[in-house]
Amino acid sequence: MENFDVGTNLLVIIPEIGLTILAVAILFMDSLLPESRRRSIAYLTFFGMGLIAVFPLMLSPDGETYWGGMIRHDMLSQVFKVIVLLAGSITALVASTTSDLGRKGEFYLIMTVSTLGACLLSSAADIIMIFVALETVSIPLYVLAAFNRQDKRSIESGMKYFLFGSFASAVMLYGFSLLYGFSGQTGLQGIADALRAGAVAEPVSLVIAIVLVFVGFAFKISAVPFHFWTPDVYEGAPTPVTAFISVASKAASFAVLLRFFVAVFPEELSVDGQQMQTFWINLVIAASIVSMTVGNVLALVQTNIKRLLAYSSIAQAGYTLLGVAALQGIASEGVDPAAQGVAAVAYYMLMYTFTNLLAFGVVAIFSDATGSETIADLAGLSRRNRWMALAMTIGLLSLAGIPPAAGFIGKFFLFNAAVSANLEWLAIIGVLNAIVGLYYYLVVIKVIYVDRSADDDKPILLTTPAGVMLGITTIAVIILGVIPQPFFNWALESATSLFS
Amino acid sequence: MTFGDFTPEAFAFGFFTILTLGGAFGVVGSRNLVRSAVWLMVSLFGIAGFFVLLSAPFLAAVQVLVYIGAIGILITFAIMLTRSMTNLKERFNKQWWLAALAALTAFLLLMVTVIVPTWGEMGAEEIPPTVASTAQLGEAFFSGWGYVLPLEVASLLLTAAMIGAIVIAREDD
Repeated sequence: MENFDVGTNLLVIIPEIGLTILAVAILFMDSLLPESRRRSIAYLTFFGMGLIAVFPLMLSPDGETYWGGMIRHDMLSQVFKVIVLLAGSITALVASTTSDLGRKGEFYLIMTVSTLGACLLSSAADIIMIFVALETVSIPLYVLAAFNRQDKRSIESGMKYFLFGSFASAVMLYGFSLLYGFSGQTGLQGIADALRAGAVAEPVSLVIAIVLVFVGFAFKISAVPFHFWTPDVYEGAPTPVTAFISVASKAASFAVLLRFFVAVFPEELSVDGQQMQTFWINLVIAASIVSMTVGNVLALVQTNIKRLLAYSSIAQAGYTLLGVAALQGIASEGVDPAAQGVAAVAYYMLMYTFTNLLAFGVVAIFSDATGSETIADLAGLSRRNRWMALAMTIGLLSLAGIPPAAGFIGKFFLFNAAVSANLEWLAIIGVLNAIVGLYYYLVVIKVIYVDRSADDDKPILLTTPAGVMLGITTIAVIILGVIPQPFFNWALESATSLFS
Repeated sequence: MTFGDFTPEAFAFGFFTILTLGGAFGVVGSRNLVRSAVWLMVSLFGIAGFFVLLSAPFLAAVQVLVYIGAIGILITFAIMLTRSMTNLKERFNKQWWLAALAALTAFLLLMVTVIVPTWGEMGAEEIPPTVASTAQLGEAFFSGWGYVLPLEVASLLLTAAMIGAIVIAREDD
């Protein structure tokens, strides 16, 4: 065995090391600073994670595995690391604006560890690493969901998330243990090689493993029918936590879902004449259709803005799965639908991160100022603070998929990938669902601008961090929508790195 | 082993039996949760002793590390964090006989299915050579080619989880 090169291996996990240092710094600041000055911990987290998000960009990924095959250093992990680090950074800023979390040092510490897990998850190439990273994302999130102990809904949301989450983890672990049993390997590449060499004679046993692992991922991305936790957790958890759950853990889970299925069950793998890829793609297509439909239809009847955004997030997971389904496409005439699909998923997660942080950021500021989370109470927001109203409108337009907001171009890439993979009918279902979604997003915009309320003359003041947060996310959503090409090319480059 | 002659092994067996059973009685008999937790560790230590007697030092070490170390500490932490429960003395329900019945059923089930069929003198069996040595295990855990990264991440996760548990469970001041 050749010598272990500590230097290069450490270089690859620089973002994770940075996050660990940040976590320790937060811990010290929390105990050294007086209560009144602890808000600076939030700013440290914001700037720290923002700075760390630059690191992955400076490393040149080579597509090799490191740490004994635990992680793969490729462009895909790079893109998703940047996404989750930006998500963590902005979440810290959202949290700093709220009165209940603003000065809680532990909050930022636990969120930093969760972000670290998400970073590792997007590069994990070994089932043990995947499991540990997934738990490192999830367990801190259970704590964060229950962070407002005075609020019964928060406790309930933490408990529900924990019970559902640990069950899903156990199911996924069972799937992993089957794969390990078949192949005797823990590395994704090793499992793939063993399967190709005919380690499993019966397709049925592999199908069981695929279903079990898919259930675990489907829970994390809140796809139907594993979405039952989503509305309650989103509603009960403190709003910054909801924002973080809806973007960081979802984005990292999509990254690992792509990596896992592409590596272990590629197109050329057939067992006993059965192509395994067909099976899991069909699973993804089914989950995509029901997620889009159930999410959008149930969102129509919501009265709480956080519950509405929860169902919207279920629907968005459905759209994103369209891009995953495009992996079945076969390359022809210079167009590779599989790469298009992966790139569309990466781009969608990038734009969805900013969009959702924007929407939840407005909700966090609004509910902190007024103590209300119902859609009806958003009435007259345009007269109480027109910048917040404008920001929320752009966020909702992006979620609905209307130009110039980034959501339009994101959906375009997803549907385009589905069409080039000969899934026109699926793209049509997606478009129909987007029209249903348009209705409830527009209703909220109507409430903000048209409806009158008794509090019209009570302005909501924006603090500087709140203004910065809304500014960053709004501009990001617009930029991603107006000049998407460089970002999509970046995503496309990351997609090809997945297949090499 | 026959009990006719008094060997050191028989003495050790008796000692660990007293620890295991005595500890177990302590767990159910004590009305204080902390005491019960300590009795549980005594009982688990006795079981680790049995593993040594069965020439399974690795299992004995795992028993000490995982059960006494990790699970014992976990239970103690859980009790400490819910401080209002530490000094409880009264019983909350009268269903001890149900628990006793369940325990007796489990005992009889184990007797019938496991103990009785294998009762009697047994020839010593060779341990298959594929069993990894402790050194190999350490290498798998801590070498850069092994699982050192997940191991380190797990330790970070445990720290965060511990802080989280304290945040959620601590009493308001």
